[in-house]
Amino acid sequence: MSILPQLAFLLVLAVAGFIIFKRVGYVRRNIFLGKGEIRNDQPNERWKTMLLVALGQQKMFKRIVPAFLHLLIYVAFVIINLEVLEFIIDGITGSHRIFAPFLGTVYGISMNIFEFLAIAVLVSCVAFLIRRNVMRVERFTKPEMKGWPALDANLILIIEIVLMFAILTMNATDQILASRGVEKYVLLDGLFFSSFLQPIFVGLADSSLIFIERFAWWFHIVGILAFAIYVTYSKHLHIFLAFPNTWYSNLKPKGEINNMPEVTNEVNMMLGINTENSAEPPAEIGRFGAKDINDLTWVNVMNAYSCTECGRCTAECPANLTGKKLSPRKIMMDVRDRAEEVGKSMDNGGPGLEDGKSLLGDYITKEEINACTTCNACVEACPINIDPLSIILQLRRYVSMEESGTPAQWNAMFQNMETSFSPWKFPPTDRFNWADQLKNEETK
Amino acid sequence: MAEMASSGESPEILFWVGCAGSFDDRYKAVTQAFVKILNKVGVSFAVLGPEEACTGDPARRAGNEFLFQMQAVANIQVMNGYEVKKVVTACPHCFNTIKNEYPALGGNYEVIHHSQFLQQLINSGKIVLQGGGEFKGKKITFHDSCYLGRANDVYEAPREVIKALDVELVEMKRCRTKGLCCGAGGAQMFKEPENGNKDINIERTEEALATGANAIAVGCPFCLTMMTDGVKNKEREQDVKVYDLAEMIAKDMGV
Repeated sequence: MSILPQLAFLLVLAVAGFIIFKRVGYVRRNIFLGKGEIRNDQPNERWKTMLLVALGQQKMFKRIVPAFLHLLIYVAFVIINLEVLEFIIDGITGSHRIFAPFLGTVYGISMNIFEFLAIAVLVSCVAFLIRRNVMRVERFTKPEMKGWPALDANLILIIEIVLMFAILTMNATDQILASRGVEKYVLLDGLFFSSFLQPIFVGLADSSLIFIERFAWWFHIVGILAFAIYVTYSKHLHIFLAFPNTWYSNLKPKGEINNMPEVTNEVNMMLGINTENSAEPPAEIGRFGAKDINDLTWVNVMNAYSCTECGRCTAECPANLTGKKLSPRKIMMDVRDRAEEVGKSMDNGGPGLEDGKSLLGDYITKEEINACTTCNACVEACPINIDPLSIILQLRRYVSMEESGTPAQWNAMFQNMETSFSPWKFPPTDRFNWADQLKNEETK
Repeated sequence: MAEMASSGESPEILFWVGCAGSFDDRYKAVTQAFVKILNKVGVSFAVLGPEEACTGDPARRAGNEFLFQMQAVANIQVMNGYEVKKVVTACPHCFNTIKNEYPALGGNYEVIHHSQFLQQLINSGKIVLQGGGEFKGKKITFHDSCYLGRANDVYEAPREVIKALDVELVEMKRCRTKGLCCGAGGAQMFKEPENGNKDINIERTEEALATGANAIAVGCPFCLTMMTDGVKNKEREQDVKVYDLAEMIAKDMGV
């Protein structure tokens, strides 16, 4: 046999590997447009969170039907990729089903399991397509899903269906060839699912079957490599980023908002409090809060790249439920879109962050962030611990402290707090008045 | 607190009343109910009175970090000055802020919400309930406050307190981790809602009413206001009451 297919395979592998390498570098650089933040504390807790939430999909199971279908695709993805290892070795060495002789009956059993999983993926993907396009589950039809996000979701499902058909076609024709004793083809103990496809092919000559089998093989492996590249452009990046994303979860109580030490220094100086730090000249103070992606932390931007736009956050958001403009999913999509815009501009020698645009204003409006009740429903809902609230609060900080652009009623509240130490305008001396009634009762 | 400190006493707890508990007419009743319970069971406590200031929660959530820290640092100075160790509050927002956000500014206290404190008093037998009183056998639903529930994972203490009243606790469709906000968190209490097609408290009140409960129990001043307004909006204030947990316990104890 000619060595040409092997060379072609190596070339495909090398090109795909190179593109993936470049894409990973690009996404990584974009994530690190965000500010530095160290989140390495409690490593045991972090590993545990990753194992439960990402690997174990713990939070998916709040919605049992999609959780089950998603689990099938996920398990299939992990296990079928074992077969990709064989594909790659076969492709490089020119062998065919190189593991078959070593594994014996185990190989046949494995192939049957793979076929079962391929069918499970097919069924799940069809079910997901129906949920999105026929049942039109509400969270998939929100305004931010129009256009590319909806197409992206459907493309992924269709690609997976096509890839699974390729596996089954390959196995069906492979086994017909093996049963005819064609050289190189290994007869296995019967492959249950693909045998249902065999009647379609059984009337064909050996040469046609070899062509179809080879075509299906190439289609599958090239398809997988192309899919891996596609994923880096897609919301589907969660299949990888869910792991670091959960490892770097916020482990503090959800109600805690991070302190701004740069403000603490100024407050202490204003109040005349001496602290160990106050002797030092104040560190260079950047922007208060966030206006653009480089003001956010890298974890915020990683969150955005990890988001698969499932919309569980938005479906639980009290503001969104009552018709306000805020959608936590849109916040995450906006952060990613802005990071992409800046990243592309930088790579093309463009102005990057200095393009006159910003996350706040050009992507996210004040009306959106002002609608948030900070209730943490979005954070709780996210299957991979994305934190949209952290971003909303940083944007609010910018609006308040850099623009003084908070709503008038909040400004009035600020004023009350400054003058009478309460958000309501009551004299502080009246704070203890509630006790008067009790004292009267006691003296009676 | 000042009086106790000057006479050399150190109270077991500092009861952090909060702005709503001090100024809001409806929530002043909750403050009074809780104080009556404390007096009845003989817990030694103090309040800061005019020395207390807003924790800064709404300022921080509206983005004004300077104002938040001004309030926080001042409060911490007062509390540290009195060597406060343990703080009890009837407001989940104060609870969350003092417990989670004051340590970064030098304020380290054991902070518990009044639902937890009431549960401890019931469990230790210090509060002896009379069997539910006017609530006995009634259907009560509990509305989770975001800052108690999701923010701090306190879901069971308020429910245990309600169950101690020998009532039927009915849950809303969205409860515990999935509880729906009343609409007032994140400083929304202090401004009109953004444009939408419904107010959040109406949505939540509808859910509460759908349980068929005779009363809605809450553990937060903002939730109390929002749910009371919601019930009024639905013109059900005659048959569905909104209570804070402390009020229910105080009624049962006859204090």
